[in-house]
Amino acid sequence: MKVEGVKLIREDGLRHDGRRPEDLRPIRMEVGVLSNADGSALVEFGRTRVLAAVYGPREPPQKFMLLPDRAILRVRYHMAPFSTSDRKSPAPSRREIELSKVIREALEPIVLTKQFPRTAIDVFIEVLQADGGTRTTGVTAASLALADAGIPMKALVGGVAVGKVEGVLVLDIDEVEDSMGEADMPVAGAPDLGLITLLQLNGVMTEEEFQKALDMAWDAIRRIVDMEKEVLRWKYNVGGDSK
Amino acid sequence: MSVTPFRLPVVASLRKEAIEELLARGLRIDGVRDPFTPRNVRVELGVVEKAEGSALVKLGNTQVMAGVKMDVGAPFRDTPDQGVLTVHAEFVPLASPLFEPGPPDENAIELARVVDRSLREVGAVDLGQLVIRPGDKVWVVWIDLYILDHDGNLFDASMLAAMAALLDARMPYYEEIETGDVIVDHGVKTEEKLPIRHRVVTVTVAKIGRNLAVDPNFEEESVSDVRLVYALDESGRIVGIQKSGEGALKREEVLRALEMAKRAAPVYFKALEEALTPAGPGASG
Amino acid sequence: MEQASEGRILVLPGDPLDPAVDAQPPYVYIDENGVKRAAVPGFVSRRGDRLVFIGLEGIYIPKPGDVVIGLVSGIGVTNWFIDINSPYTAVLNVQDFLGRPFNPATDDLSRYLDVGDYVKVKVLAFDRTRSPLVTVQGQGLGKIVEGKVVEISPARVPRVIGRKGSMLEVLTKETGCEVFAAVNGRVHVKCPNKELEAIVVLAVKTIEREAFTSGLTARIRKLIEEEMVVRGVKS
Repeated sequence: MKVEGVKLIREDGLRHDGRRPEDLRPIRMEVGVLSNADGSALVEFGRTRVLAAVYGPREPPQKFMLLPDRAILRVRYHMAPFSTSDRKSPAPSRREIELSKVIREALEPIVLTKQFPRTAIDVFIEVLQADGGTRTTGVTAASLALADAGIPMKALVGGVAVGKVEGVLVLDIDEVEDSMGEADMPVAGAPDLGLITLLQLNGVMTEEEFQKALDMAWDAIRRIVDMEKEVLRWKYNVGGDSK
Repeated sequence: MSVTPFRLPVVASLRKEAIEELLARGLRIDGVRDPFTPRNVRVELGVVEKAEGSALVKLGNTQVMAGVKMDVGAPFRDTPDQGVLTVHAEFVPLASPLFEPGPPDENAIELARVVDRSLREVGAVDLGQLVIRPGDKVWVVWIDLYILDHDGNLFDASMLAAMAALLDARMPYYEEIETGDVIVDHGVKTEEKLPIRHRVVTVTVAKIGRNLAVDPNFEEESVSDVRLVYALDESGRIVGIQKSGEGALKREEVLRALEMAKRAAPVYFKALEEALTPAGPGASG
Repeated sequence: MEQASEGRILVLPGDPLDPAVDAQPPYVYIDENGVKRAAVPGFVSRRGDRLVFIGLEGIYIPKPGDVVIGLVSGIGVTNWFIDINSPYTAVLNVQDFLGRPFNPATDDLSRYLDVGDYVKVKVLAFDRTRSPLVTVQGQGLGKIVEGKVVEISPARVPRVIGRKGSMLEVLTKETGCEVFAAVNGRVHVKCPNKELEAIVVLAVKTIEREAFTSGLTARIRKLIEEEMVVRGVKS
């Protein structure tokens, strides 16, 4: 969606919503939000709001899908029809099919699937409101939902997108910055292990810009995973001092 | 829904060890190359006369054909002053025992979308020039990728085929008639080329064990954890990235892969250039 | 890692652990640099000279010898399929249940155990490659015919039992109920009357919800006493 006449970087160097280039949007995380799922989480980055649920490990409906030495992951990224300005058809789009794969491959390296041969672990991600960064918010929500479900994992993962607007690298882009900017680079990973598990670039960057964008994303992912840990601590009633 | 692949080829663990051990010593399972060098690559243009543009790419034993077809259609609502570019990939069942007939699966969709973005984001095709009547009639450019033989690294072969077919394409003859409609005669090609502003290639770097290698063949892909696809233009800018596969990468590996990609990209650009300027021994007409 | 009450430390997936922490997969794993890390949320606490890991979330994986409460979920030709609150559905063979040869022409399996019945079984064999095999041969095993079965997270079962059975004692002594907390997260409650049953079920649910708070045993004792007065089973 093109929005005409919006200045993405203002005269004072701030972004259209008043953030500095290296600022995240306000982030909210909550675990255990659904009663039926084995694990669940709701994560908001600004107006982007994503719900994730985990079921399993369980026997998949079709036995032919089983692997003898590990659990399979089944991941669906899906946008609610009302999540966008124009109604989105509920049928899976090519974009959603690709993102389901990319998100699955962001989770595969950290879920200890070898613990549960012949089972399936299902991760369902629903974008309730899309305002940029939905896939990385989805990875963050999935990480919390997996921990909430007690699925053994090597580490928590978090994600964020770095963009380039009017030549400036900006963290955690929203929809306006994504659609009018020159680049969108979603990154997800596990800071505890120093592993990048999702990396895409839609747009154009020089090598120097790419390195800087990667560092910006990585620094933010550390903060995001720290927030995940804080939320999980509260779940077990041993939160820090921030009441 | 995306599901962990459960019908993968079985690679003997001895073979896996052999591939990893060779790579640790800077050697490849297919013999004559090092970790930095793509397989032999050949680009052939104009392989399908009825298409506006076409190309066949052979990258080692991998073969991908690309066809460009053009038609007149309506622009997208949010880009009334731009032509339309669409990329599709077909994993044709004759190309591999792993391919099944049916609609494109997530791998085919991912491939098509990565090629699409790599062309689109940098403006490889000047879509602003493909407008007949703004908001009403524009050229729709279809790029169809046909995987004919799968011996690994479909990304690089497909990107190269798409780029070559675009460069090969000639606009079909068309005229506006009194009713305002546009008649296209696909049987008559003009001399007019597509407005190509940038040439783009992708270089795929696979992580196998603890080592990195460009242009993995099928066997190497089967034992690799993860692949990183860098799309680069002729000036060395990064115009797209895709991490693909179940593994993870460290920051140093991501940056090392980029250096390897930049080092290998000229091989693909050269193959493209050679196809466009048929000269010297062995060139036909 | 966060210091918590009672000298426990809360650890979350990815947190590095003291190599001395006594825990096995799936609760922990060793990364490629040899560092032991938590794989699920848990507490690390000191028990004597040992550091133990208490998983806060868990998935029940059958072990031979476990006595579990199963729910009959399907009937085959010569066996029942038993949901044991695990990723793996268990199999109970008909010969094992009947203790005699079996004739599919005359014996109707659903007459003995029907879909929806609870059954207390022991895990005979399981290796993650085939379905777990369970048996009813043993003291106290078989169909559960009275009382109520409460489902809780398998990770909370140790809390329902308490250290050296202290919580079980609180649940049973005053009420006169029998409580069996199976490792797979199913708690069988059998009471002299429905009021007492309701009280114990409430207490078990409270233990599950507040499992990792301090002073829980005392609070549960108080809860039971108050509820008994409120419901008129004790003045």
